[in-house]
Amino acid sequence: MSKLTLKTEGDTQVVVTRRFAAPPEAVYRAHTDPTLVQKWLLGPEGWTMPVCLIEARPGGRFRYEWKNGKGRGFHITGEYLELEPYSRIVHVERMYLPDPTPDNHIETRFDADGTGTLMTMRMTLPDAQTRAAMLATGMERGMEASYARLEGMI
Amino acid sequence: MNEGLNLDAAFSALADPTRRAILARLAKGEATVMELAEPFEMTQPAISQHLKVLEDAGLVARRVEGTKRPRRLAKAGVEAMDQWLAMLRKALERNYERLDEVLAGLEQAKTKRGEKR
Repeated sequence: MSKLTLKTEGDTQVVVTRRFAAPPEAVYRAHTDPTLVQKWLLGPEGWTMPVCLIEARPGGRFRYEWKNGKGRGFHITGEYLELEPYSRIVHVERMYLPDPTPDNHIETRFDADGTGTLMTMRMTLPDAQTRAAMLATGMERGMEASYARLEGMI
Repeated sequence: MNEGLNLDAAFSALADPTRRAILARLAKGEATVMELAEPFEMTQPAISQHLKVLEDAGLVARRVEGTKRPRRLAKAGVEAMDQWLAMLRKALERNYERLDEVLAGLEQAKTKRGEKR
């Protein structure tokens, strides 16, 4: 059973939830400490994040750059609007493909759940079309490994 | 993926609440345009317009029965969308499985520090 849920809400939102076996403080740190973020926010097999800059303060900026080691890469930039250690992060981000995608407004909550954490990430896109484009194509990069696995199964 | 399905069009089609309601109705069984228009305060041409978007996206199919054109869910299209969302979940899950390991590492480091004290 997967611990992750991903669903659309209303016309412009996507909500992801996931439980972790660590307290909110640790999960929050793993989202704001660049040396930790670089270890897990990687997408498909073979991709790395050589650049991870995080100014973890309201108004601070961040930049993530991914490379697949075969000459392909892309990056995301964003700004933090609110940071409430260790319970809540609000930020905006956009992906460069290479043109910037419309801003994705993201609220991430870390709620204590027994001895662990329930993370709730609520993405709000500017309009229904942008959300549709993100769901249909924007996350495609993350799909490559899944496709490879799917092909292996057929 | 499924030939009748255009994912871009399918997700755009789903962005509209009326179209989602139409799909929910069709999930219960076949219906004519008139039957579909009934619960909405909309004209039949307006509903037909929404149905066209859903048909173009590969989510709704029609058959001919005399003068009627009853619509039904295009099961293959809806299943393909489900599959796509399942793959998105899977890709995200890979990241979070790595995060589980990072968190376990943090916990271990903390325990070690505790032991030294």
